[in-house]
Amino acid sequence: MIKHLMKSIREYKKDSFLAPIFVTGEVIFEVIIPFLMSKLIDSGIDAGNMNYILRTGAILVVCALVSLSLGFFSGRSAAIASSGFAKNLRRDMYYNVQNFSFANIDKFSTASIVTRLTTDVTNVQNAYQMIIRTAVRSPIMMIAAMVMAFKVAGPLAFVFLACIPILGIGLYFIMTRTHPIFERVFKTYDKLNNVVQENLHGIRVVKSFVREDHEIKKFKDISQDIYNDFSHAEKNLAFNMPLMQICVYGSMLFISWFGARMIVASGNDAAVGLSTGELMSLFVYLMQILMSLMMLSMVFVMITMSKASAERIVEILDETSDITSPEQPVMAISDGSIDFENVSFSYSKNPDKLCLKNIHLHIASGETVGIIGGTGSGKSSLVQLIPRLYDATIGNVRVGGTDVRDYDLEVLRDNVAMVLQKNVLFSGTIRENLRWGNAEATDEELIHACQLAQADDFIRTFPDGYDTYIEQGGSNVSGGQKQRLCIARALLKKPKILIMDDSTSAVDTKTDALIQRAFLTEIPETTKIIIAQRISSVEHADKIIIMDDGEINAIGNHEELLASNPIYQEVYASQVKGGNDHE
Amino acid sequence: MNKRPKVSSNTIKRLLSYIFHYKLRFFFVLVCILVSALTSVASSLYLQTLIDSYITPLLLEANPVFDALLKSIITMACIYAVGIICTFLYNRIMVSIAQGVLKEIRDTMFSHMQTLPIRYFDTHTHGDIMSHYTNDTDTLRQMISQSIPQMFSSLITVISVFCAMLSVNVWLTLVIVICITFILNITKFVAGRSSTYFIHQQASIGDVNGYIEEMINGQKVIKVFCHEEAAEKVFDEKNAGLCKDSTAANMFANILMPIMNNLGHLQYVLVAIIGGALALNGVSGLTLGAIASFLQLTKSFNGPISQISQQLNAVIMALAGADRIFKLMDEVSEEDDGEVTLVNVRYKNGELEEVDRRTELWAWKVPNGDGSFRYEELKGEVRFYDVDFGYTEEKIVLHNITLYAEPGQKVAFVGATGAGKTTITNLINRFYDIADGKIRYDGININKIKKADLRRSLGIVLQDVNLFTGTVMENIRYGNLNATDEECIAAAKLANADSFIRRLPQGYDTVLSGDGSGLSQGQRQLISIARAAVADPPVMILDEATSSIDTRTEAIVQKGMDRLMLGRTVFVIAHRLSTVQNSDVIMVLEQGNIIERGPHDDLIAQKGKYYQLYTGAFELE
Repeated sequence: MIKHLMKSIREYKKDSFLAPIFVTGEVIFEVIIPFLMSKLIDSGIDAGNMNYILRTGAILVVCALVSLSLGFFSGRSAAIASSGFAKNLRRDMYYNVQNFSFANIDKFSTASIVTRLTTDVTNVQNAYQMIIRTAVRSPIMMIAAMVMAFKVAGPLAFVFLACIPILGIGLYFIMTRTHPIFERVFKTYDKLNNVVQENLHGIRVVKSFVREDHEIKKFKDISQDIYNDFSHAEKNLAFNMPLMQICVYGSMLFISWFGARMIVASGNDAAVGLSTGELMSLFVYLMQILMSLMMLSMVFVMITMSKASAERIVEILDETSDITSPEQPVMAISDGSIDFENVSFSYSKNPDKLCLKNIHLHIASGETVGIIGGTGSGKSSLVQLIPRLYDATIGNVRVGGTDVRDYDLEVLRDNVAMVLQKNVLFSGTIRENLRWGNAEATDEELIHACQLAQADDFIRTFPDGYDTYIEQGGSNVSGGQKQRLCIARALLKKPKILIMDDSTSAVDTKTDALIQRAFLTEIPETTKIIIAQRISSVEHADKIIIMDDGEINAIGNHEELLASNPIYQEVYASQVKGGNDHE
Repeated sequence: MNKRPKVSSNTIKRLLSYIFHYKLRFFFVLVCILVSALTSVASSLYLQTLIDSYITPLLLEANPVFDALLKSIITMACIYAVGIICTFLYNRIMVSIAQGVLKEIRDTMFSHMQTLPIRYFDTHTHGDIMSHYTNDTDTLRQMISQSIPQMFSSLITVISVFCAMLSVNVWLTLVIVICITFILNITKFVAGRSSTYFIHQQASIGDVNGYIEEMINGQKVIKVFCHEEAAEKVFDEKNAGLCKDSTAANMFANILMPIMNNLGHLQYVLVAIIGGALALNGVSGLTLGAIASFLQLTKSFNGPISQISQQLNAVIMALAGADRIFKLMDEVSEEDDGEVTLVNVRYKNGELEEVDRRTELWAWKVPNGDGSFRYEELKGEVRFYDVDFGYTEEKIVLHNITLYAEPGQKVAFVGATGAGKTTITNLINRFYDIADGKIRYDGININKIKKADLRRSLGIVLQDVNLFTGTVMENIRYGNLNATDEECIAAAKLANADSFIRRLPQGYDTVLSGDGSGLSQGQRQLISIARAAVADPPVMILDEATSSIDTRTEAIVQKGMDRLMLGRTVFVIAHRLSTVQNSDVIMVLEQGNIIERGPHDDLIAQKGKYYQLYTGAFELE
C-alpha cells in the first residue's frame, strides 16, 4: 500500500530527502546548544570568567543562527514535499477517475470520491509532513539523549530502556483499538458528504415537500455517528499522554531514589558512582526523552488516523477501468453503420438478469433510426453499447464494420456523439460548455451548431448571449434550453453517429420538429439514432425500432408499424387521440 | 496579493462561545490542566529540593538513613499520580467537548443551510458548500482537543516560571520582557503570513472540492465527450493553486518553531552576558549563583513559549476554517414573516373545527391580530395579478402575468422552451419572490402564509427528478413521512410504478443510491410521481412530470392522478399536448406573457398559437 502511495512523490523526492537531512542537522545543534549552555554556567558564570562567557556566547550565537537556518530550510522542504506529495496524490487519483468506465463510476459514489480526494489526502499530507520532520527528529533526539544518559549514569539509564516495551505494548493496544474505528469514521464521512450532496442537489424537492426537518434529522443522525466514533477513537488515544507521563515520572522517581543512594554511597564522586551535577544532567536528558516521546506519540496518532485514509486513497488508485483501448487500436472509423450481432447485456454481468436479450440489428450509414419503447424497456441500455460506455455481456457490437472493442476509445467516442438522457451542463459560459464538443470550434461553428439545435434564438435573447454564465447543473436555464444546449454540444463534434437519448423530452413539439428537419437537411450523412417518447420525433425516421422488455419487438417504418404493430398502434393512438377528433 | 484576508477577532469569540456551552466541563478541564501543569512545574523544582534537602545532608551523615528521602519520593509519587490522573481526565473530557462542538457546529450549519433561499444554492457550487462540513470543520478538531489545552498548560508554566524569575532578579526579568516582546512581534508577523495562506488554502480546498464534485457528477458526460484531458487540465490548475497556498501556509507554520527556539537561545546568551557583566562588576547585588539559576529559568521559560507558537499553527488554520463556517451561518435565511398556517379541519355544526388527524379538508388558520383565529377553507384558488418577475433585476422573464385557477380546476401551461412556465410555479411556492404585482391563494396574499405551510399545501413533481439514498419505499415515503407501507404501495400503483418496482432485486426494499442511478429516467419519474401522490396534497403542480415516460404508461398514470386529485386544483406543465388537452384551462405562454387562455376546444377553435402547436405536432411538413 505504502509503495503505491510513494509513487506519487515523484519530483518532490529531493525535498523529501532534504527535509530529514536538515532536521538531523537541527537536532545535532539542539544537542550541542544545551551542552554549551551548561558549560557557560559551569566554567563561565560559576567561575566568574567574563572572557569565557563572551567566547562561549559568541559560539552559541553562531550555533543558534546556523540552527535557525537549518530549521528554516527543513520547514520549507517539508512544506514543499508534503504539499507537493498531496498535489500529486490528488492528481493521480483524479486522473485515474478520468479513466474509469461507466461501471467504475457507478461503483463509487460521487460523495465518496470527493472525500477521498480532499479530506483523506489532507490527512495523508499532514502525516507525511510529520513523518519527514518529527518522525526523524524525535528518534534522533531520543537516541542522542539516551547515549548521553548512558555515558553519564551507566546502569541507572537502563530504566529508560525498561520504558520502551511498556510504551510499545501500550501504543500497540491503542493503535489496534483505534484503527478500525477510524476506518469507520471515514466511511461515515462519505455518508455525511452524501447527505449534504443529495440535499444540495435536491434542495427544491426538500423545500417543496417541506422536509427540512427530516433532512436535518438525517444529517444529525450521521453527525451523531461521527461524534460517537470520533469520541470513541480519540478517547482511546487519550490514554497516550498519561501513558507517557507514567513512564517519565516513574523513571524520574526511580532515578531520584537510586541516584540519591548512589551519590550518597559514592560520596558525590563522579569517578566512583554519581555526582549531583550528573544527576542534574540526567534529568535534563530525561526531559528531552520525554519531549521526543510526546512528539513521537503525536506522529503515531497521525499515522493511525491517516492509515485509514491512505487505504481509501489506494482503493481509487488501484481501481482499473474495465473498458480500455486495445493494444493496437483501430484509429479510423470508415462509416456510420452499426451492427448488433446476438447481443445480450446485463449491468451486473449476470446472465440471469439481462436488460437486453439477443439483439440483432443492422443500421446503415446515414440512416435515421427511431427507438420507441416503454419505460425500462432497454432503450438507453441498447444505445450505450455503441460508444462503448458499457461492453456487451454476450455477442458483439460493430461500428463501421469493426468491433467497437477494437477501436481506440477516444476515436470511437469522438465519432459517436451521444446526448445522454440525464445530461449535465457545467458551470461556465455557454461558449465554454459548447466547446466541450470541439475545443477548437470557431464562433461560426458554434453558432451553426446552435442553429441546428434551435438554441441560437434563445441564447441571443440573453443579455450576455454566448457568454451567459451557466450555474452548476444548468440551474439558470430551463429544462428544454438545457437539452438544446446539450444537443448543440454534441453536434460540434461532427460525429459519424449521433445518438439522442430522449434528448428532446422537454423541448416543445414545434422546436423538436425543427431540430429533426435541420438534421435531415444539414447532416444527412450522419447516422442518427433518436430515442423518443413522441411519435412525432420518430415518424419520419428510415426505420423505427420498438423495444419491449429488453427485446426488439419490431422494426419498420412509420406506415408499416402503424399497419402491423399493436404496441406502435397503441402509442400512436394515445398521442393522436383527441387530435384526430378535431381534424 | 494586495489584500490580505484577515480573521476577525469576532471569529475567535464566536468559536469560544461554542466551547462555553460546556461551561462546567470546560472549567473542570481547566482545573485539571492547571493541576497537571503544576505537577510538571513541581517536578522540575523537585530536583533542587532533592539535592539541597536530602542528598547534601545525607552526604554529611556517617550512617545515612533514607527514610525521609523515601517519604519524600512517595509524596512526589502521589503528586505525580494526581497529575497523571488529571492529564488523563482533561484529555478525555476535551475529546467530548471538541467532538460536541464540532457536532453542534455541523448541525447548526446544516439546519441553517436548510433555511437559505433557493438563490443561494443556485449561485454556490455544491462541492464548495460540502467542504464546509468536512475540510473546514476538521480544522477545528485539533485546535479544540489539543491546542487549547496545551496552550493553556504552557501559559501556566510560563506564568509560574515568570514569577520565579521575578523573585530572583527584577532587572534581568526586564531584559527577558524586552526580548519576549521582540520575539512575539516576529511571531506575529510569521503567524500573520501563515494565517493569510491558511485562509487561501481553505478557500482553495473549497474550490477544488467544488470542481471535483461537479466533474465527478458529470463524469459520464465527460466520458462521452472524451473531455478527460480538458477536465484534467483545469483540475491541474486548481490543484496547483491549492498546492501553492498549502506550501506557503505550511512553510510559515513550520519555520515558526525554529525561529522561536533559536531566538530563545540568543536571549539566553544575552542574559548570560548581561548577568555576568553585572555580577562581575558587582552591580545590583547579583550573585553568580543567582545568575546560574536565572539562566536555568530562562531555559524553562522558552520551552513552553515555543510550544505555544507550535500550537498557533493549528489555531490559525482552525480560524481560517471557522471563518468560512461562520460566513455560511451568516447567510441570510429565506424571508418568512407569514402568520397564516395550514390545518386539517372538519365541519361541525356548519362551523370549521381544527383537528389533529388527516381529513380530506384543509383550512387556512388566519390570525385576526387580537390573538384569535378564523378558519378559511382551502379551496385551491390561485390568482396572479399583474405579476412581473426576473431572476436578476436586469432581466424580467415574466411580464404582467394575470391568471386565475378556480378551485378544482386543472390548469395547464404550455409554451415554447424558456417561455417561463416553470418560473410561474416557482413563484406560487415562493422559491423566488415576485418583483411586482400580487399573488393570492384563496384570497390570501401568499406572503402572509407561512412558507412551510404554503409549500405543504402544494404537491410538486419537478422536471428534474432527485431521489435520495435509501430504499424505494423510503423514497416514496418522502412525500408523507407518516404513510404506511400500504399507502406507499397504493401510491406506487397509482403512478404505475408498482410493476417495475416489484421486478427490482429486492422490490420495495431495493436500495437506491447515486440519485437512483440504476433506474431509467422514466422509472425515476414514476417514483417521483408516487412520492407526490403519497403526499396527497390539496393542490398539485406537475412540471413536466411525465416527459420521459412513454405515452402509454403516461395515460395510465394520468388517469390515476386525475382520480386522486378529483375536485382539487392541479397545475400541469408539459410540452406533450396529449398530457394537457383534458385540462379545464390551458394557458399558452410566450416569452413571459400569456398569449392565449381557455379550454382545449376553444383554443383549437381560435386557430391561434395553440392550434399551430397542436396541429404542428402531427403535421410537420
